[in-house]
Amino acid sequence: MDAPAASPANTDVPVLEARGVTKRFAGVTALSDVTFSVRPGESLALMGENGAGKSTLIKVLTGVYQPDDGELFLHGEVTSFARPLDAQKSGVSTIYQEVNLVPLMSVAQNIYLGREPRSRLGLIDFRRMYSDARALLNEYGIEVDVRRPLRTLALGVQQMVALARAVSINASVVIMDEPTSSLEAREVETLFRVIGLLRARGIAIIYVSHRMDEIYRVCETVTVLRDGHVVHVGSLHDLPRMELVSMMLGRSVEKVRRGGVTEFTDANESDAPPVLVADDLSRKHQIDGISLVIRPGEVVGLGGLLGSGRSETLKGLSGVMQLDRGSVSIDGKTVRSGSVPAAIRAGIVMLPEDRKSEGIVPNLSVRDNIVLAALPKLSRAGFTSKRKQDAVVDVFIKRLHIKVSSPDQIVSELSGGNQQKVMIARWLAMTPKVLLLDEPTRGIDVGAKAEVQSLIDELAHEGLAIVLVSSEVEEVVEGSARVIVLRDGSIETELRGDDVDEQSLLAALAGDSSAGAGAVTPGATTTANPDEFPTKADA
Amino acid sequence: MTQATVSVSVPTRGSVLGLFQKYGVYIAIVLLLAYNLFFTPNFFAVDNFRTQFVQVVPVLIVALGMALVIGTEGIDLSVGAVMALAAAVIPLYVGYGLVPTLLIAILVGAVIGAVNGSMVAFIGVQPIVATLSVMVAGRGLALLVANEQLKSVTDPGVLSLGRDSVLGVPISVIIAAVLVGGVAILVNRTTFGKQLIAIGGSRRAAELSGLPVKRILLLVYVLCAALAAVAGVIGTARLGASVPSTLGNLIELSAITAVVVGGTPLSGGQVKVLGTLAGALLLQFISATLIKHNVPDAYSQIAQAIIILLAVYIQRGKARVK
Amino acid sequence: MTTTLEPAAGPTTDAQATRERIASLLQSYGAAIVLVILLVLGSIAFPTFATGSNFANVLTQSSFLLIVGAGMTFVILTGGIDLSVGSVFALGGVLAAFGSTYGIVGALLFPLIVCGAIGAVQGLLVAYAGMAPFIVTLAGLLGVRGLVLAATDGGSTTPLISDPAVVNLGQGAVFGIHWPVFIAIVVVVVGSVLLARTRGGQSVLAVGGSESASTLMGLPVARVKFSVYVVSGLCAGLAGALNAAYSSSGVPTVGVGLELNAISAVVIGGTLLVGGRGNLVGTVAGVLLLSVIQNLINQVGSLNSSVQAVVSGAFLAIVVIIQTVLSRTQRL
Repeated sequence: MDAPAASPANTDVPVLEARGVTKRFAGVTALSDVTFSVRPGESLALMGENGAGKSTLIKVLTGVYQPDDGELFLHGEVTSFARPLDAQKSGVSTIYQEVNLVPLMSVAQNIYLGREPRSRLGLIDFRRMYSDARALLNEYGIEVDVRRPLRTLALGVQQMVALARAVSINASVVIMDEPTSSLEAREVETLFRVIGLLRARGIAIIYVSHRMDEIYRVCETVTVLRDGHVVHVGSLHDLPRMELVSMMLGRSVEKVRRGGVTEFTDANESDAPPVLVADDLSRKHQIDGISLVIRPGEVVGLGGLLGSGRSETLKGLSGVMQLDRGSVSIDGKTVRSGSVPAAIRAGIVMLPEDRKSEGIVPNLSVRDNIVLAALPKLSRAGFTSKRKQDAVVDVFIKRLHIKVSSPDQIVSELSGGNQQKVMIARWLAMTPKVLLLDEPTRGIDVGAKAEVQSLIDELAHEGLAIVLVSSEVEEVVEGSARVIVLRDGSIETELRGDDVDEQSLLAALAGDSSAGAGAVTPGATTTANPDEFPTKADA
Repeated sequence: MTQATVSVSVPTRGSVLGLFQKYGVYIAIVLLLAYNLFFTPNFFAVDNFRTQFVQVVPVLIVALGMALVIGTEGIDLSVGAVMALAAAVIPLYVGYGLVPTLLIAILVGAVIGAVNGSMVAFIGVQPIVATLSVMVAGRGLALLVANEQLKSVTDPGVLSLGRDSVLGVPISVIIAAVLVGGVAILVNRTTFGKQLIAIGGSRRAAELSGLPVKRILLLVYVLCAALAAVAGVIGTARLGASVPSTLGNLIELSAITAVVVGGTPLSGGQVKVLGTLAGALLLQFISATLIKHNVPDAYSQIAQAIIILLAVYIQRGKARVK
Repeated sequence: MTTTLEPAAGPTTDAQATRERIASLLQSYGAAIVLVILLVLGSIAFPTFATGSNFANVLTQSSFLLIVGAGMTFVILTGGIDLSVGSVFALGGVLAAFGSTYGIVGALLFPLIVCGAIGAVQGLLVAYAGMAPFIVTLAGLLGVRGLVLAATDGGSTTPLISDPAVVNLGQGAVFGIHWPVFIAIVVVVVGSVLLARTRGGQSVLAVGGSESASTLMGLPVARVKFSVYVVSGLCAGLAGALNAAYSSSGVPTVGVGLELNAISAVVIGGTLLVGGRGNLVGTVAGVLLLSVIQNLINQVGSLNSSVQAVVSGAFLAIVVIIQTVLSRTQRL
């Protein structure tokens, strides 16, 4: 499987092809003129960061969405899928990151749902269904009791069942959307073996994953999406990891610039005593042994690709995610783990990544949104005090330049940037010690972005400790005094001082050991000597 | 993910539908009153309005509590049973006067509400089933307490609730008015109110902002049941008898209708107290109009059913925007 | 090369697995177990309990609820709820009485057509207009009762059934067992086969188990949801018609609160309220349990019947609490 040269790729008509596909949502273009194809037996990596348009493309290919422009071709002929069922019937199957089967039903029922074998009476022939299911799974070397409810099986097996279902519907293309994100290493091996078998039978695979190692093992070709455009198509083998990552992030390796892109001024490392110490934060399948030390007045970047555990680390710190082990302390006092109120009381607050569903309360006013967390402090005997609220709300609206017609305006009417400022105001009203920012500038316009960036700077200068997660390389590099790079849930390396540049970060994100980065032991980051890091990433 | 949020953010504001979502209930009341002004003899008489207000009181009080629960994206089907239970305990405390009787009834209601609230907030049972089981058991308990008997209530303090007036305004109406004001203040002017609306608006955001979500949910169900208990006492006082077998039967339907018709969406995140008052009045005026025109009760039930469906159907667009 | 994949990997210990299995068994067969215990205790305690005529009586009483419960099971399996069954039950009875002037065909066809149509309207609103099932069927509860009253001069007249064939449908008996019991058995058997052995039945389970997965797997989700409300309407109408035949009149006030009993029976019978798992045999156990409790309370004599409401309400609460806790640990 590591040598896919024998595959029949590039010899046949593409089994599935998209030409000039464009998809818009209420004026926002999610896919723009995307052309892309996959041949029988080919395994294609579909790459791109959040918002690049991967999921939209997959939904177009599987009939969940209809393209506004462009056409799909199946075996060289124009086709269109009005709904998922059409795509399935035409041989385009999908397995998702989350197993999309019915957990309460048996393995066999799940495989044959909607197309159960029937006896002459029109009743379902369970005996045949079970033996068919068993035979099907055995083909891929999977032995499991097909009568068991799906939910009693390990996630890896469930994923395998989803795959068996996908393939058994005469699939000629199987789209895999992050299929390994919840699998154990052993289960991943089984999946890869099955992928090999499928390809040998001429089935094309479209593989979406953020795990570089997997991509390079399983796939032979790659299509990179960025901001809804196809930015690269080609073979994966002669594409260095660094280059792939830089294409995904939209940073050219050759022309790594410094300064001028963001509003950040030079960030300084601080030598004040640490305000936050996190030790060995771990949670199964999410993060493993992450330790951090954050000092007042410094901005620490958490680098990493999607799925590296960067958001999960913030969730662990802020009590949103229950940890399996590890501790967080503020000024030497341990914070009760897994409790948001405890973290807030201790002074740790988090700006969540998904502003719309986890941040703002959409139907409430700007005022109510700003004071939401601080309400008890701004009340007298349980009654809200408009005067106290106004004092806070007016200050923050002015200071953060939140553009509102009045504090009573409904927050969902605001632009993304102003909503984000409202969220920041909500937390500043709590006078926190540590501010965790998860993608603070995602989905907001350029002007607002600059404002948020300079605000982050300003807050750090005032002594707030800030942890910054961003998928924009320049934001992390220019905003942070040091950058802790995560990969697959663990700390890969830490960049400090002059090493905080785009090249080193890209190298670390790619996990390119040949590039030389990543020599530091995870967990010992704070004592590492920055001089140990090579500044030149690309060997 | 981003796409989904973008595609639904088209506000219905300004459109005719949006106008109806916002002011439908008030428009309907005005139209109905106008109709009665011209076509219903003796509708616009002080006596008639006094009767209408007295009759709407129990539904209104129950609906106030229901509005709080619905504001958190919940529902409480047990309110009728709580009324029955409150009615059942009254005869046990006859002779202590109005205030102790009222307090005991409220206490009983609060306990039932705590059962509902614990199931919903701490165990995570769907509100509809949690309160359904309490509805079944509560009515049975009420009948057990009353030994399945109808008892007349003779306590003059309790009876005054149903019969006496102050300056021509019936006491029960005054109580309802005070409660409307109280709940309005609670919703709009207290930390608790703001927090409960935030929970209904986005439970996830409320949790991430460190709000005591479970405690607030518990309290909301306690409050709802306590209000239902007050309605139970008033209902009993008006009848002059404790009738746990029928008091509050199907009141959950009328209360939910009043709340939804009043503009509080079933999807939570908003509580319209004045709207709820208007909703309850609208339902009352509709049935009064139908009665005065000798339309059989059957048709007013059908009318109410259609109104519920219409109101929810119109609200649906609003919920989607959220 | 064959890999045997171990099931249920992860941090679940054996003890935990055993606890879960016990809890899960309790939830599936709890009603049957309690039923057997009650039958044994009842037989020991009351000489008049374990008699053929008493059991036949319990069965007859159960048959109407069982038919309603069968339809309700389908609805709940999709994750929905039907609060209108009590009113539809009454309507079915009244319409059967009207239809009985055309003999047995009229007495059955008339209620089935109208009640099926009412189910269809509710199904349309739930499945295609996307309205919440409880509010749609709540309106149904109210509106259909209104129809019943409208059809009977505000409930003041009770249409009688004079056709002997129709009356015999309710009151006739074989081996001391009334016809409605046999009809209920047929409904349960047909329903069970539909549910377990047809693609439609499997779709019902799948939609309740995971609506999003069902959509992605290409199942006709809306059509499935629509159908279950039609089934529920038909069942409630049939039960109402049989009940009318049994009492030889279409009493407009019957069926008040029937929806609560039906839901309780279904849930106590082990059907998950969130949908996706359950069966009609469980519903049979749930219905019989409620009837036996009622019967035992009558046997005691000194207890009044409201105890039954308290017991079944408490039972329902316990079952849903177990269900909720279980679904959290098992991440259903």
